[in-house]
Amino acid sequence: MQEVLGKPEGFVDNFVRKPGDYPKVTHYCPGCGHGRVHKLIAEAMADLEISDKTVLISPVGCTVFAYYYFDCGNIQSAHGRAPAVGTGVGRSNPGSITISYQGDGDLGAIGTAEIIHAANRGENMTVIFVNNGIYGMTGGQMAPTTLEGQVTTTTPTGRDIDEAGHPMRMSEMIATLEAPVFVERTAVTDTKNIMKTRKAIRKALKSQKDGYGFSFVEILSSCPIGWKMKPVAANQRITDEMVPYFPLKNFKDEIENRSPRPTKTVDPDPNKIIEVLGVDKDERLFKKDQSFIDNFKDQHVRIAGFGGQGVLLAGTTLGYLGMETGLNTTWLPSYGPEMRGGTANCHIVLSNKEVGSPLVEKASTLIAMNQPSLNEFGVTVKPGGLIVINSSTVEGKYTERDDVTCLYIPMNEIAESLGVMQAANMAALTAYLAYSKAFDVDMLTSLIKANFKKKTLIEKNVAVIQKTYEYVKENYLN
Amino acid sequence: MKREFIKGNEAIAKASLLAGCTHYFGYPITPSSEIIHAVANLYPKVGADFVQAESEIAAINMCYGASCAGRRVMTASSSPGISLKQEGVSYMASAELPCVIIDIMRAGPGLGNIWPEQSDYTQVVKGGGHGSYKCPVLAPNSPQEMCDFTIDAFELADKYRTPVYVLSDAYTGQVMEPVEFPSEVKKVKKNDWAIYGDKESKHNLVTSIQMNTTEMEKVNIVLDNKYKEIMEKEVRYSEYMMDDAEMVIVSYGIASRLSRSAIDELRSKGIKVGLFRPISLFPYPTKKLAALADDKVKLFVSVELSNGQMLEDVKIAVNGKKPVEYYGRMGGAIPTHDELVEVLDGFYKKHLG
Repeated sequence: MQEVLGKPEGFVDNFVRKPGDYPKVTHYCPGCGHGRVHKLIAEAMADLEISDKTVLISPVGCTVFAYYYFDCGNIQSAHGRAPAVGTGVGRSNPGSITISYQGDGDLGAIGTAEIIHAANRGENMTVIFVNNGIYGMTGGQMAPTTLEGQVTTTTPTGRDIDEAGHPMRMSEMIATLEAPVFVERTAVTDTKNIMKTRKAIRKALKSQKDGYGFSFVEILSSCPIGWKMKPVAANQRITDEMVPYFPLKNFKDEIENRSPRPTKTVDPDPNKIIEVLGVDKDERLFKKDQSFIDNFKDQHVRIAGFGGQGVLLAGTTLGYLGMETGLNTTWLPSYGPEMRGGTANCHIVLSNKEVGSPLVEKASTLIAMNQPSLNEFGVTVKPGGLIVINSSTVEGKYTERDDVTCLYIPMNEIAESLGVMQAANMAALTAYLAYSKAFDVDMLTSLIKANFKKKTLIEKNVAVIQKTYEYVKENYLN
Repeated sequence: MKREFIKGNEAIAKASLLAGCTHYFGYPITPSSEIIHAVANLYPKVGADFVQAESEIAAINMCYGASCAGRRVMTASSSPGISLKQEGVSYMASAELPCVIIDIMRAGPGLGNIWPEQSDYTQVVKGGGHGSYKCPVLAPNSPQEMCDFTIDAFELADKYRTPVYVLSDAYTGQVMEPVEFPSEVKKVKKNDWAIYGDKESKHNLVTSIQMNTTEMEKVNIVLDNKYKEIMEKEVRYSEYMMDDAEMVIVSYGIASRLSRSAIDELRSKGIKVGLFRPISLFPYPTKKLAALADDKVKLFVSVELSNGQMLEDVKIAVNGKKPVEYYGRMGGAIPTHDELVEVLDGFYKKHLG
């Protein structure tokens, strides 16, 4: 008998965190159901011997001060966000117990997304959902679970379901999800129902302790002050009005049918991080050649074409050449919806000085892989600059400018003739390098050999480079 | 490879692991999505935890939870997503929880577009959510700094128990440059305030509610003193061509790189112009700017991709001692090099010519 009347060990002895002069009593109103629910949780925590490893989260609502009482780790969180906070803290403390203690406005209105998704992920969490059909702390406003016709401070003539929608049955919604193992609605109206609630809370917490993941216990509870009723009448109202709409039952119990999940520790090994990131090796493809760097003339290159022509890869390849030779290099791509439109272009700046703007507004070289690119960017080339044109897709000569040099390279034909259509971009790069002499063409070959993984692809690309180089030599280098 | 030719966004993801971050919670949004892509790829490989959250709000609150547990935790987003996160950031600032938040700014207001702007300055640098709080903000202008400042942000966050922002933009996120990564992982100490789900830490409480006005004001004062200490100790900036500069361009992030190119050209025309680049936006290098205004600098120009959100801070520092001009573009538009040179030249002629 003493055991039943005593304060459960899951509570702290004195509520020292509670301000004021009464550290033995709670801040809850007379007749409020929260006290009963708190006691059942505290008992379960003690009996299951989990209080040391339990973290209880109390978001906004009357239970925001739950940390006054529970003898465990306590987190107060934003309105509705406890399941997200629980996701973070639960994953951070593998093997711990996470309790998200929420009211109906918190869980069923402002935090609907968080509860649904935490449940759907099957987070290791037990949600205690106290449904009293009203916003208690904030001043008796309509909750998502307020019954039709119920008068609140924001439904002064009663909840009109045509205006405010129907009361939401959260347990039923949660139970439709695959991941939760245990979903039950109970009430704390009388001894029989309190004992059922006690059993449900224990089952939910034990299932979490045993590694089954997400469980959900909805508890119908009275708010005599919010309802403007005497405690006994308020209790009766749960039975008479709430239970017919929110049936007391188990909606899901999969504990028997599932296997516990192993505890997922999150403790990355620093050596593994270094290995996966590959930041332990400092390899340089080319020996640093200071005179090459000192004599390097700034290159502002624009490469443009259809998506799929390898425009961006040609750009990054050029960037790698810059990095490996010790130059400063930037590469800026077109991105987002611009890319999805089927065209692609990128800016590459190579310099022996620090690069300011990464944008190539006036290109020293334009590589135009198709006609639209030539039309759009041809005008941006600096006088005396170079345009490398893919003559496989661009018909005729470029006559818009007479102050630039144009190379016409049948990039597609060269690539296709060697059985590697996607290497037209390498033909483009080779032509640019062969003519501009910005880098030795052999450097491109070395880079391809070092960066490409497939041997056959390396061979084919190298063949494209060689063939293009011969083509440029024959037609443009005398 | 230690040296990698890599996008700014991807450098952030790698750097976070080197900083000892174990948890990432995020929601995809262009132009920050390369971060979440890289995290999704890398974190599971090393045994770190990644969740694609149902919303930005959930993501920042998951960070809140992981931070309560003493973990190094990060989230990343882009402007509209940062707006959504502000509630959570305010709670974290109040509860004194460390967290690193990456903002790859895009154009706004509203849905705007995915091109670079710097118009989150106000919401990120001045607080952003409700209440009297601020977060340290580091503003990189290159992928190398995306890496370095991400690591620094974790250190600052732990040191001061506060959320810290890395504020960047679409171009700095998308651009690839050579980055040299450190080759060791930062060690993370246990915090005496955190909740580890064990007997030793069970009496810890993380909260941001104080019903008593005096008690809440005490929290406010603790925070305010912390911000004063940060303003004293954590100011960062860089200077370029400042020795003899009469005209000073004040510019951060991507705008500072556009300015740098313009300065090179103006210098070649004989104009004595330099770049003052705030790196920490909170704390803003107000004292240094004020000293410059007291000294030989005759004209300040704030160049930024917003309607002059940083301009206010430049004016506060200069305090009417010297003229302050502003030039900026918005909507994701970037001033062309010639345009910027012409505008700056115009300011020079107007005041000093």
